[in-house]
Amino acid sequence: MQIQLTVNGQQHSVDAEPGTPLLWILRDQLDLTGTKFGCGVASCGACTVHLNGTPVRSCSTPIESVAGGEIVTIEGVNDAVAAAVQAAWRERDVVQCGYCQSGQIMSAIGLLRQNQAPSDEDIDGFMSGNACRCATYVRIKDAIKLAAQKLEA
Amino acid sequence: MNMEISRRQFLQATASGAAALVIGLNIRGALAAGSEATVFNPFVRIDNEGVVTVIVKHFEMGQGTTTGLTTLVAEELDADWDGIRTEFAPSDNEKYKNLLFGAQGTGGSTAIANSFMQYRQAGAAARDLLVRAAARQWGIDPARISVDGGVISAGERKAGFGEFVQLASSLEPNPEPALKPASEFKLIGKRRLPRKDSRAKTDGTATFAMDVKLPGMVYAVILRSPRFGGALNSFEASGAKQVPDFIGAQTLPNRAGVAVFGKHTWTAFKAREAIRAEWDFSQAEMRSSEALFKAHQELAATPQFQARKALSTEQAQALLSDTERTIEAEFSFPFLAHAPMEPLCCVIEPTDRGVTLHDGCQFPAIAHGAVAQVLGLKPEQVEINTLYAGGSFGRRATPTADYQVEAAMAFALLGKRIPVKLVWSREDDIRGGYYRPMAVHRARIGLDQAGKIQVWDHRIAGKSIMKGTSFEEVSVHDGVDHTLVEGVADTLYQLPNLAVGVADFHSPVPVLWWRSVGHTHTAFTMESLLDMIAHETNQDPVAMRLSLLDPSDNRQRRLAGVIQAVRDRSGWQAGQRRGFACHFSFNTYVAAVADVTVEDDRVHVDKLYLAVDCGVAVNPDVISAQMEGGAGFALGAILRNEVTLKEGVVVQSNFPDYAPLRMADMPRIEVSIVPSGEAPSGVGEPAVPPTGPAVTNAIFAVTGRRITQLPITRSGFKLV
Ligand code: FES
Ligand code: FES
Repeated sequence: MQIQLTVNGQQHSVDAEPGTPLLWILRDQLDLTGTKFGCGVASCGACTVHLNGTPVRSCSTPIESVAGGEIVTIEGVNDAVAAAVQAAWRERDVVQCGYCQSGQIMSAIGLLRQNQAPSDEDIDGFMSGNACRCATYVRIKDAIKLAAQKLEA
Repeated sequence: MNMEISRRQFLQATASGAAALVIGLNIRGALAAGSEATVFNPFVRIDNEGVVTVIVKHFEMGQGTTTGLTTLVAEELDADWDGIRTEFAPSDNEKYKNLLFGAQGTGGSTAIANSFMQYRQAGAAARDLLVRAAARQWGIDPARISVDGGVISAGERKAGFGEFVQLASSLEPNPEPALKPASEFKLIGKRRLPRKDSRAKTDGTATFAMDVKLPGMVYAVILRSPRFGGALNSFEASGAKQVPDFIGAQTLPNRAGVAVFGKHTWTAFKAREAIRAEWDFSQAEMRSSEALFKAHQELAATPQFQARKALSTEQAQALLSDTERTIEAEFSFPFLAHAPMEPLCCVIEPTDRGVTLHDGCQFPAIAHGAVAQVLGLKPEQVEINTLYAGGSFGRRATPTADYQVEAAMAFALLGKRIPVKLVWSREDDIRGGYYRPMAVHRARIGLDQAGKIQVWDHRIAGKSIMKGTSFEEVSVHDGVDHTLVEGVADTLYQLPNLAVGVADFHSPVPVLWWRSVGHTHTAFTMESLLDMIAHETNQDPVAMRLSLLDPSDNRQRRLAGVIQAVRDRSGWQAGQRRGFACHFSFNTYVAAVADVTVEDDRVHVDKLYLAVDCGVAVNPDVISAQMEGGAGFALGAILRNEVTLKEGVVVQSNFPDYAPLRMADMPRIEVSIVPSGEAPSGVGEPAVPPTGPAVTNAIFAVTGRRITQLPITRSGFKLV
């Protein structure tokens, strides 16, 4: 079936079977490979994108459910919150292998959009669905706090 | 595909002989410099715009090599950090070999150790040539010239590197350029250099093998035997035909499974689900984990091999019968999957000459030959395009090149004309074997009346990683696979009458090195045993360890150094309810103190203090990151990970039941780097071994319950 969707502000019409996860449309059809495949079962967060401004796991989001929706991926995210998060990530040198980090950043942006001054517990809770096998968690937490400071300033 | 393009452009530039100064190795393997046409394999290239590119011979799985090797060049070259670019080296076993392996590959925490002189020399040679060229062009004495931050200057005169590239490439390089003394280092160990891969990994542009897409490419997934050692009898794919964009399915030539092809990754996954296969399990592992553990226990009772010449298991037993007191314990360790965040994946592309393997390739030396062999190509017909690897922890380096071979077989099945991308799912990964071996340790330690250690009878049973591989010759001696006993047989502690008996477990379950290899279980056992002895004999665990180290031996002195550093940093005092452990691995020394909270059976790790001595600390911030990451990796495993078998079939399948450490589980971590002028050693692995026992020793200090079975859930605890 043909499905209309908006990704990073651009309209796309994609041909896909119902049930196909948004993740694979983004990666294999639209060549937006910044969004990663880690588990396919909503258990790692590597595939996190924004659907109408809110983080969702694209591996478990059927394509037909996002018809007409606004999707933003790591390639397209560019507001002040995103800029602060990415800058904080670089300042703290968070990344190791980097494979989980698009998803971490997309979740962190989602967190800071709804909570400008998250506590440790807020961060633990909101980021609990984003796994990092390199265990960069100490720095992720630091960077989120740094980004919050940047946004406040 | 940015890197691919830039490398192709580079090769074209090489062919056209565009102006650039290149430092590397010539055909005889000696340091050489010149224009691109003359230098066989470069480590550093400077173009006529002055852009410096470091060619990184190790792959980047997150451990920071790209940053580390670049630091070495930038230091000696006095280049501008932010302007330096990096590229991964092509596969060339001779020119880009790991000097410690004798072949191209990354592992054993060796990247900085073996590159330390090589990359500094390349940087120093480049600087020397540029200075001489500038001196000649300006008609002045080279001694008047200084270089800083990528700018060459003499008095008022200033210019970038690019100005002198042409002239410099025609000069004879100094075969042994002077290196800076440590006192003049501006970058090494000095300040936090932003990681070279940070930007690309925060904006989605970093290219992993999983991200490679080529025109006409077909996606392949493999339906593998549900039991290790099973072979395919037949399969039935009619169900898959209903899946749109399913291309076909074929038996792998080695009968290890069915290659399923689709036009998209998702199609291939869906089609595979619809295929029914019949397997021959006559050679397969059919046992459950309980039976496997039991077999290990029995093996440990009757060791086949002896890891130490001085004393045998029998002799130790005889001595034990005369000791006043004994302490006895058995430790068991499960299979562990590496579960790198990027599931295994690679692409094989047909080229004019043969093929290109696009891969986050950890051991080009092995993958290269294996792919050539499967495809009937000469080694020089295979090129490897090394991409960022989404973690490895050892999994991407197998002696069998398992997944690259699968990709090559799939590529051949489609006629060798279409690019094929092999993709593993997370389920494939967790169920795919190549685990950290299951292991059982058994120890009986004899003490005298005063509580001093008199005899130590240690037995280890586990499947050998190295036997039957090309690594056997270097790592198996007198029947003992060193990776099964490292950390026990070569302990730095002064333990009188130590005997280490070994027994090999046999099973079709493939096993592999897993971040810190044998130390994953040997350090846990040793450090738990020492803690037991300290408690039984009313000694402070830290003081007792120091008393077992002789400071006149350099390695023992360095281990004592990190013990003292972490003791002081954490404010350790005798009698506190905290855990301590330390370990020496990969020529690096790490000591750890853990603070935990335990309520009923629920454990939370609050804080970890780590002290490390890894010689010259090239990039202190990368070292801290590896300590944090290594500790977190160890914690996740110790606290909740195991791969178990039920009648030969792996029980776990994905992150819900092979649960990674998560944000809320991560303790606060404080890292101290002990200053050292010794040669740099590895940091990717050494934080793993002491972390687990520091935590379980802390759990003992708080609860009085000793954990001898991992993960801790087997010992009745859970992580919160
Ligand atoms: S790939 Fe979507 S949550 Fe793991
Ligand atoms: S940085 Fe490697 S998985 Fe997070």
